[in-house]
Amino acid sequence: MSTLALGLAQLFDGLSAASILVLAALGLALSFGLMRIINMAHGELIMVGGYLMYVAQQHLPDRSVALGLVLAFTGSAVLGAMLELSLIRWLHGRPLDTLLATWGVSLMLQQAARELFDPTGVEVTAPAWLSGSLAFDSGPLAGLALAHVRLFIIALAIAVLCGMTLLFGRTRAGLHIRAVNQNRAMASALGVHSRRVDLLVFALGSGIAGLAGGALALIAPVTSTVGQSYIVDAFLVVILGGMGTLRGTAMAALLVGMLSALAETFMSISTAKVALLLFVVAFLQFRPRGLIVARSRALDEA
Amino acid sequence: MSGSIRSVALAAVLLAALPSLAHGDEVKVGVLHSLTGTMSISEITVKNATLLAIEEINATGGVLGKKLVPVVEDGASEPATFAQKAQKLVQEGGVATVFGGWTSASRKAMLPVFERLGSLLWYPVQFEGNECSPSIMYSGAQPNQQALPALEWAIKKGYKKIYLLGSDYVFPRTANLILKKHIAATAGTSLVGEEYMPLGGTSFGGILNKIKSSSPDVIINTLNGDSNVAFFKQFSAAGMTAAKLPVISFSIAEQETATIGPKLVAGHYAVWNYFQSLDTPGNKKFIAAYKAKYGVDAVMSDPMIHGYLDVYAWKAAVEKARSFEPKAVRKAAPGIELDTPLGKTRFDDNGSLYQKVLVGQAQPDAQFAIAWSTETAIKPEPYDPLSFPGKTCGAPK
Repeated sequence: MSTLALGLAQLFDGLSAASILVLAALGLALSFGLMRIINMAHGELIMVGGYLMYVAQQHLPDRSVALGLVLAFTGSAVLGAMLELSLIRWLHGRPLDTLLATWGVSLMLQQAARELFDPTGVEVTAPAWLSGSLAFDSGPLAGLALAHVRLFIIALAIAVLCGMTLLFGRTRAGLHIRAVNQNRAMASALGVHSRRVDLLVFALGSGIAGLAGGALALIAPVTSTVGQSYIVDAFLVVILGGMGTLRGTAMAALLVGMLSALAETFMSISTAKVALLLFVVAFLQFRPRGLIVARSRALDEA
Repeated sequence: MSGSIRSVALAAVLLAALPSLAHGDEVKVGVLHSLTGTMSISEITVKNATLLAIEEINATGGVLGKKLVPVVEDGASEPATFAQKAQKLVQEGGVATVFGGWTSASRKAMLPVFERLGSLLWYPVQFEGNECSPSIMYSGAQPNQQALPALEWAIKKGYKKIYLLGSDYVFPRTANLILKKHIAATAGTSLVGEEYMPLGGTSFGGILNKIKSSSPDVIINTLNGDSNVAFFKQFSAAGMTAAKLPVISFSIAEQETATIGPKLVAGHYAVWNYFQSLDTPGNKKFIAAYKAKYGVDAVMSDPMIHGYLDVYAWKAAVEKARSFEPKAVRKAAPGIELDTPLGKTRFDDNGSLYQKVLVGQAQPDAQFAIAWSTETAIKPEPYDPLSFPGKTCGAPK
């Protein structure tokens, strides 16, 4: 494998890692960034998406990925809405209580997955059109292989980002979400139904987590504990990006993905993780509010 | 002064505890596995196999005329819980012995409890060796009964450039430490890379690039749990195949293969002392009995067999010692010939099991075809002489 091919492979790997991070973190950017809810069950909502993808593959003809993703999104969104209505709404403004309660929810969802499905996890396979790779067998790029499934996840991440940007920038619901985020009391005074906005945001965030889970099931395991492997990185990306901004989340995901791909070339995975965390800590010393600072008119924020 | 009072008190407690090991027509035995949490995936099946053995023994008259009563506890995938439940089983439950444990962390947590209380643990999983407690019977493979024969077989097959990949915890680190010593000591064989993934890690892009650029002949894989699923999915997506680069795994059996996707694992190798396809009369009988009790879709695994044979080994030792007392049982256990699903085998004086080593090649139906087997059962060596020179097991006390 030539140096050029290896470099490109690492670059592609960084992009792929970034797209996975974007998908895993976007839902959290909504609930944590906009609503200040530390949702410890976010990883399990990703897991639910994976299981829904499995259910879709079992029951739908020709293992349709598109229908699986739709089911993963809707299923998780409905679950998120139920969670908001039954639990999170009642703990409004009590972040520590929400943290503990959602952690409890995460344990319940994990055990439920074990009870409902095989405790060893379930098998989700990429369909034929996603299981190959774009391989270069000769020339200067010999040895480079871009997996179709990774290309698909990159495309999906970009599509979701675009969709969210349109939703926030161009629709009435998006306007309301931004208004509540900037100043809840004022928005309510002007007639925005802030509780309904909370429900919408949380359901949407959960839906995106489910979508992420459905897509990631193609390259990652679907087991009861898989949510745990996404949650830390997702929080990292949201905090680094600056809470509540989509652009920040996307940029942070790209930064973290690229940096870890680069670091993994030179050092062991564990050391690369430590280096990355040190970088984020150092970065937040200089920009404590993240890459992109959301402007807010709320009085309680400096 | 207070020391002697304490020892008198301890002696009194022990004397009070002894007769309770077997009272009336029953004797209690502990079964301690994770029934909840991460490890429950693997450990519930071992618990099932252990209970099957207890049921079978009861159906044929029990042990020394006494019926076995299993006391099942949940280790909850937490080493501290294992230690606590082990103490509860022995002290409050009055069990004669305990069958259980899976992770090395859980075993290390239980070890001082069993040594302090003078009880006996039967541990059914392959492990990294470098430990030899008089209070534990180790029926799973020692490194010289899994890792080293695997390396030997790989070298014989002509694989010269070896890449070591594992999860970042004690078993892969110790197994690879031993493998590296032996790779370095074998002429013409070289180590081209070594990587560790944090437990549960699922992102293998960087590692796969490193593997490609170091072009090994074979990967020896000690990844555990979820990471294996991600690894094989991404390995295949990156355009790599078993024909070009075979992976020899130590922690993948029939069940894991089904979860990863049999098509993705087909052609790769696994090394164990047992595969479901093993053709022995004992194995056929075991599979039929297990499926009758737990359903026809049940899949067998190496640790299940060891959990199952441990109960029979304990029975044989109790009958030889004519006593349920743990020290007498430990002393009697070595050397008794056992007829198990693995075939005929026996425990060594050091408390570990003689067993054959099998290399299986994964098939598209998630079963393994046995590709190679050692001719005879290998004597277990808890301390690899090349890696831990001078360390030996003491004689059983």
